[in-house]
Amino acid sequence: MTALSTAPALGSRVVHGLGAFVKARETGILLALVLVIVAATVKNPNFLFSSDGFRDLLLTPSILLLVAVGQAIVIITRNVDLSVGSVLGLTAYLTGRLFIDVPGIPIVAVFAIGILAGGFLGLINGALVAFAKVPALVITLGTLYAYRGINVLWTGSDRINSSDMPAAFLALGTQSILFIPVLTIIALVVLIAAAWYLRNQRGGRELYAIGSDPVAANLYGLKVTQRLLAAFILCGALAGLAGVLYAARYGTVNSQAGAGYELNAVGAAVIGGVAIFGGSGSVWGAAIGAYLLLTINRALPILGVQDFWQRAVVGALIIGAIVLDRVLALRQARRLVEARGDLQ
Amino acid sequence: MTNFTQALAPATRTYRDHSQPLWRRILLSREAAVIGATLLVIIVASVSVKAFAKPITATYLLLDIAPILLIALPMTLIIITGEIDLSVASIVGLSSVTLGVLHSNGMPIEAAGLVALIVGAAAGALNGFLITVVGLPSLAVTIGTLALYRGLAVGLLGTKAVTDFTEFWTDLAKSKIGATAIPSVVIPIVILAVIFGVLLHLTPFGRGIYAIGLSAEAARFSGIHVERTKFILFVLSGLISALAGIYYTLRFSSARGDNATGLELSVIAAVLLGGVSIFGGRGSTVGPLAGAVLIGVLASALRLANVTSDVINIITGTLLVASVVATSFLAWLRTKRARPGKKTETLVAAKG
Repeated sequence: MTALSTAPALGSRVVHGLGAFVKARETGILLALVLVIVAATVKNPNFLFSSDGFRDLLLTPSILLLVAVGQAIVIITRNVDLSVGSVLGLTAYLTGRLFIDVPGIPIVAVFAIGILAGGFLGLINGALVAFAKVPALVITLGTLYAYRGINVLWTGSDRINSSDMPAAFLALGTQSILFIPVLTIIALVVLIAAAWYLRNQRGGRELYAIGSDPVAANLYGLKVTQRLLAAFILCGALAGLAGVLYAARYGTVNSQAGAGYELNAVGAAVIGGVAIFGGSGSVWGAAIGAYLLLTINRALPILGVQDFWQRAVVGALIIGAIVLDRVLALRQARRLVEARGDLQ
Repeated sequence: MTNFTQALAPATRTYRDHSQPLWRRILLSREAAVIGATLLVIIVASVSVKAFAKPITATYLLLDIAPILLIALPMTLIIITGEIDLSVASIVGLSSVTLGVLHSNGMPIEAAGLVALIVGAAAGALNGFLITVVGLPSLAVTIGTLALYRGLAVGLLGTKAVTDFTEFWTDLAKSKIGATAIPSVVIPIVILAVIFGVLLHLTPFGRGIYAIGLSAEAARFSGIHVERTKFILFVLSGLISALAGIYYTLRFSSARGDNATGLELSVIAAVLLGGVSIFGGRGSTVGPLAGAVLIGVLASALRLANVTSDVINIITGTLLVASVVATSFLAWLRTKRARPGKKTETLVAAKG
């Protein structure tokens, strides 16, 4: 009891903030990320200290970061979007087609169209989930197939090459401003905006409320359908943006672009502490998870592990993360029970 | 006297499911709809697609969908309990690689196959352990093990492939029953389907599976071993997936790390198409088998009609979405017909 009353008096906001940071679920993942980077850098200093190494470290996970942020928002509402990889592939090819079919199209317009197209595909998912009241897992599993099928049908054996796209657009994928790649800046801006919205805005808080108890949220009068639609549209739009950036970054787009991204995105979110049953976690965690996943992929060969084992490591990480979450949740529950006992 | 009439009252109660004659109940079921759709597709394809009505089509069709049919059996039971197993295709890959690696190191196929089955069962047991003992959601666990088992499979073999299997076994995997066009692999599938059908529909264990899917808590209070049941189902799923992996390896005479990638989607599509509710508690063994055949028949008819395999993906995806949306839509229609005044009533109540 005494501890409860003295703690706020002692703790200034800085100490309180620091304590929250140390205890945050995201900190553990950040620590793991730092550990991986340090280990790889000790083995090969070029991993961090060469200009290319530093750039790749920031650049490689940027596209996945965007997809993972969208995925985290959907997972927070107790849904999941497995179709993001297919949406990314479709918009990446769309980007290339726009440059070929509409000569001289401004780059801003391509970005806008890509984001809108992704948002539209997300709307289809969201509408099926929100109105038909069917689990998102099944719906997006279906659209994962369907969108990829449409993509393959449209692309065929065709591919977009870097010569099809203007140099200014491709430069976006490799350029840096003050040593920070443009792609990373875009990803960070999106991340900060999403984190701010989820933390400080009514709409964001309602997403958490819906995720922790959909029925209660509905009874309370929250516009569940509307919020779900918005979450899916946002997730699709971010995958669309990621698709445009994918085209800029890699220069070539075939019909299989983005295949398997859904697993990485869900994995990144789960590793970052976004509970698969909704209602908790943050986009920061998902973003760090995305960096951890892809940085491990690049660090493994340096550490002497054949890159064939990458997926096994990813799987082990996901399982480790959810086991950790479970243990933390149990401990928290026990502490709450004890606290209740003390009060009585 | 009043007591007497009250005691009589429940006897005249009609149960919705049993208020109609048996033939209507069977014909109006979801399974009947899928079987009907399958027959319709077969008839339409036989008439309109050249070369579809030949026996060789049926042979290759059954050879192709055999792994889906096999894995759909345990997957049905798992989805009826309200869980899901996304790692099945990775277990197929892992058992395929196990078989290949052991055989290329001189182990006879019989022994290597046995080890592959044990590996599959162990993989399923790990899923089951994490879900039932640690208490994690099956969706998250099997997304993790989907990556883990596939990673182990790819890690063990790299980009290599083992192809030198004894001809006796590879021929057996492709052989047909006597002079018919039906491949021999159908025999174990039928035997397993009967075993799983009996297990699900005619045993206390099976009734427990439905009870868990309807309400795990109520099932626990009525004395069903919820955790043990789920654990057994995940082990069975691993075991059958490993069996499918061995078949897959022998049929294509090739053990590769990326064998059967994405197969879990086809299996789940077949199971849900076959009328098993993703919410748990509803479904049968017949429906998913019919669903798998429907997807297979559609795919093979389209392939023979020179439609690219990508359209098949679109159709599988659309079928999956349509089948679940249709269920909700029909349920919505039924409640609307049953209580036509409901909407206005609530409106009035809200105003008042």
